[in-house]
Formats: sequence, C-alpha cells, structure tokens
Amino acid sequence: MPVNPDAVGREYGPFEPYEVTRVKIREFADAVDALSGAHVDVAVARAEGYADLVAPTTFAVIIAQKAEFHVVVDPEVGVDFSKVVHAEERFTHVRPLVAGDVISTTIHIDTIKQRAGISMVTTRAELVDADSAPVATVVSTLAVREDA
Amino acid sequence: MTESTSPNFAGLEVGQQVAERAVSVTRDTLVRYAGASGDFNPIHYNDVVAESVGLPGVIAHGMLTMGVGASVVEEWAGAGNVSDYQVRFTRPIPVPNPGEALVTVRAVIGALDEERRTARVDLTVEHDGVKVLGRAQAVVDCD
Repeated sequence: MPVNPDAVGREYGPFEPYEVTRVKIREFADAVDALSGAHVDVAVARAEGYADLVAPTTFAVIIAQKAEFHVVVDPEVGVDFSKVVHAEERFTHVRPLVAGDVISTTIHIDTIKQRAGISMVTTRAELVDADSAPVATVVSTLAVREDA
Repeated sequence: MTESTSPNFAGLEVGQQVAERAVSVTRDTLVRYAGASGDFNPIHYNDVVAESVGLPGVIAHGMLTMGVGASVVEEWAGAGNVSDYQVRFTRPIPVPNPGEALVTVRAVIGALDEERRTARVDLTVEHDGVKVLGRAQAVVDCD
C-alpha cells in the first residue's frame, strides 16, 4: 500500500515528556565523538553559563525519533518501514537541551511528495520545555519506496 | 562569571577552514550509537537483514554520521553554539567486520551574517573519497 498523501497536516502528541539526563547526554556524546567538556563535566558546563550538562547538537534526534515512530506506525499514513531510507534531517535550536530538561513533543506531517515510485514524507517535531517554551524543531524526511 | 566559548565573529573569513577530523567507524561504534540513540534498525548491526534489503552489508546510521559532523563543528564552535544544522543523506557508509570505515570531516566557513553575528559552516564529509552527506550546513552563533 502506498503512502497516503491525504495524511499531510496530521499531528500527533504531545506524548509522555522526555527527561534529559546527564547519563544519556554523556552516553550520546561518547557515541558521536563529541569532545567538549560541557557534555560530560557539570563544572565545565556551569562555567560556560549553562545550568547543567549540554546535549550535543543532534541529541534531539532521540526525542524526535520517538515521536516519528507514531507517524510510521499509523496505518492511515501507510509507511512500510522496511522500505524506508532516511533522506534529510534538520535541527533548529532556540537553545541547547541541558540535563534536567523535561521535553514535550508534538509531531506534524508537513509534506508528502510522490514521484518516480518514491514518497518523500517530511515530519516536523516541535520540542518544548516544562514551561511550554520552544527549545528545538527537528525536521526529518523519509524516502519510502513504493515498488513491490 | 561565565566564559563564553563561541567564536569571535570579527576574526572569521569565508573560505576559512575551522575544523577537520578523521573518524574511524567500526561495528563497535554502531552498537554504541544504537544504544545511545535508541535506533535499533537491524541494518546497522545485522548483515543478513542488511543484505536482504539490497545493501552490501551493515551500514552506519546516517544520524551517526550527521552527529559526528556536528561534533567536529562543536569542538570549534563551543558546546551549545550550533543553532541550526541540516544534512541530506546521499550515500550509505558500509562498515566491514572486521575492520573499519574511515570518515573524514572538513568544516569551512561558507557564509557570514553580520547582522545576526552567525557563521554558516559548510561540512564536507567523505568516505573512500566520496561525499556521503549533501548540503551539510551548520549555523554557529558567534560573539
């Protein structure tokens, strides 16, 4: 079944808030070779003016991909995950995520473009903090093959 | 008193290389990234599954490559100073077992915005002499 172009405009969430922890920031920083002291050492992060450990630039993907999962499994959208390739990704930060943040996310299907047997599905995750202040936007485009 | 880590805008020039790093990606790297990110797609650790969907074997997570690129920029820009970062995933990086895939990252100033005091950093990320990311651009907040 092909992706349903009428799914554009759908939104999902907010989901159970995601708690940003020091442990996860250190683990993620290690995994992407992020070497700044502010990712691992609280004293360094505070000296740089942050409340706590600073998450690496792409850390928000953890939160965004949890939200994107709701799009991928929605039978009315019709994404066959075995035919998905990640095509594009963009992070726009109002401020960096820091340990202690409690982040709520809603995800929107912004566009679905279909040509040559491929559907390009673009989602936008909006991340807000516990005060509902915007923190980051994560835009992700999946290429879904429609062939058998 | 806090010490700003963001680059000094006044000293920057378009075309200037600000960072460079070669990164070794192994199966161990992929397992770490899978655990850290929660992305457990088996094409990133299971050759049988990867080959069944037409890949030459296990490939690196695109988001791992993107994340490594960000780390190279952040090491220069200071933690938390990348306000926008986008890439296109143009080619997969096969990761052999045993062995490693070498990925090189080069970061060059692509544009300067005097009014906002931001620098656009253009990344060239290559494996085996071929670009694996397209339109890889990071916006850095400067002093």
